[in-house]
Amino acid sequence: MQEMPLSKLPLKKRGVVTSLSAEGMARRRLLDLGLVPGTAVEAVRRSPAGDPTAFSIRGAIIALRKEDADKITVSLH
Amino acid sequence: MLSDRLPTEGIRKKFNITKKSSGQKVVALAGNPNTGKSTIFNALTGLRQHTGNWPGKTVIQTRGTFSYGGSSYILVDLPGTYSLLASSADEQAARDFLCFAQPDATVAVADATCLERNLNLVLQVMEITSRVVVCVNLIDEARRKKISIDLEELSAQLGVPVVATAARSGLGIAELKERIHQVAFGKLTTNPRRLVYDPEIEEAVSCLEHSLKALIPPGVNSRWLSLRILEGDRTVLDAMREYSSKISYGREPAVETGHCPAGSRA
Ligand SMILES: Nc1nc2c(ncn2[C@@H]2O[C@H](COP(=O)(O)OP(=O)(O)O)[C@@H](O)[C@H]2O)c(=O)[nH]1
Ligand SMILES: [Mg+2]
Repeated sequence: MQEMPLSKLPLKKRGVVTSLSAEGMARRRLLDLGLVPGTAVEAVRRSPAGDPTAFSIRGAIIALRKEDADKITVSLH
Repeated sequence: MLSDRLPTEGIRKKFNITKKSSGQKVVALAGNPNTGKSTIFNALTGLRQHTGNWPGKTVIQTRGTFSYGGSSYILVDLPGTYSLLASSADEQAARDFLCFAQPDATVAVADATCLERNLNLVLQVMEITSRVVVCVNLIDEARRKKISIDLEELSAQLGVPVVATAARSGLGIAELKERIHQVAFGKLTTNPRRLVYDPEIEEAVSCLEHSLKALIPPGVNSRWLSLRILEGDRTVLDAMREYSSKISYGREPAVETGHCPAGSRA
């Protein structure tokens, strides 16, 4: 099992959230998007500039900026 | 110290809610954006509705009335939000109303086609108020997408009544009214699923709650407010000042922590 920041998750790959390092309201926002530990996330597409990246999270496509995705750790199985 | 507390009716007036008769019940409508809240609002109230602003905010407030089972209800449409905790103006309006105006029943609307995503808000609503009816709307869309929902199991897991609706065609609206009636009049007692936090947090909450109770109006959920204060959410302190008559601006509510065990202080 390999761990990495969500920002490094390759396109079309699925990871499972293991932890969040964001704090305060930034953490709250991420949790409200469904990014709680145990959640499966897939990187769907990356914008031409490389940021943001669209992820499939609990049935919705959500774009995250790199600085936010950096604060989420996922494991690849 | 806080002496003359505003009774619930006084607080409700601050939210532009004035009862026409003492028996009239106040019902809130909560939900994520685009779950059909406005459609449900229209199905329940017809043309009997008014719009204004939420107090102190540039957020639209829609109110309406309806009658059912010989009783009258004031329905308040809360802003559609994904959360009640991240402190945008919309979220503050919704959360302050649920916490301080203490509606007699709250309908938490969820989108049947992405229920899991919607349950975040449902649980957040249930953490503030126990008088909740969950309305699983867009059930026609879910059926079309071959999604089936075990409503009985959902109700058992959440501990509150669950009604499936297709608001655009009126399906389930009669049952929704019946459930609102039962919850608002206490004919149906809910048993909402409780979120329990780590022991350290629970200990800090119970100690904070103890001092908080003297500062807030009767019936206001001191556990929920304690959790927010521990989280460092200053906007709830502003709300407490606003809706508790004797907590004035310019000073923090005096929260006594003296009697708490040293280990549980923040
Ligand atoms: N198929 C279907 N469409 C619905 C239902 N309820 C609402 N809608 C539609 O969903 C869209 C959003 O509804 P609206 O009431 O504005 O959602 P709100 O943002 O939650 O207030 C509108 O086009 C409605 O006509 C329903 O139960 N079934
Ligand atoms: Mg609406």
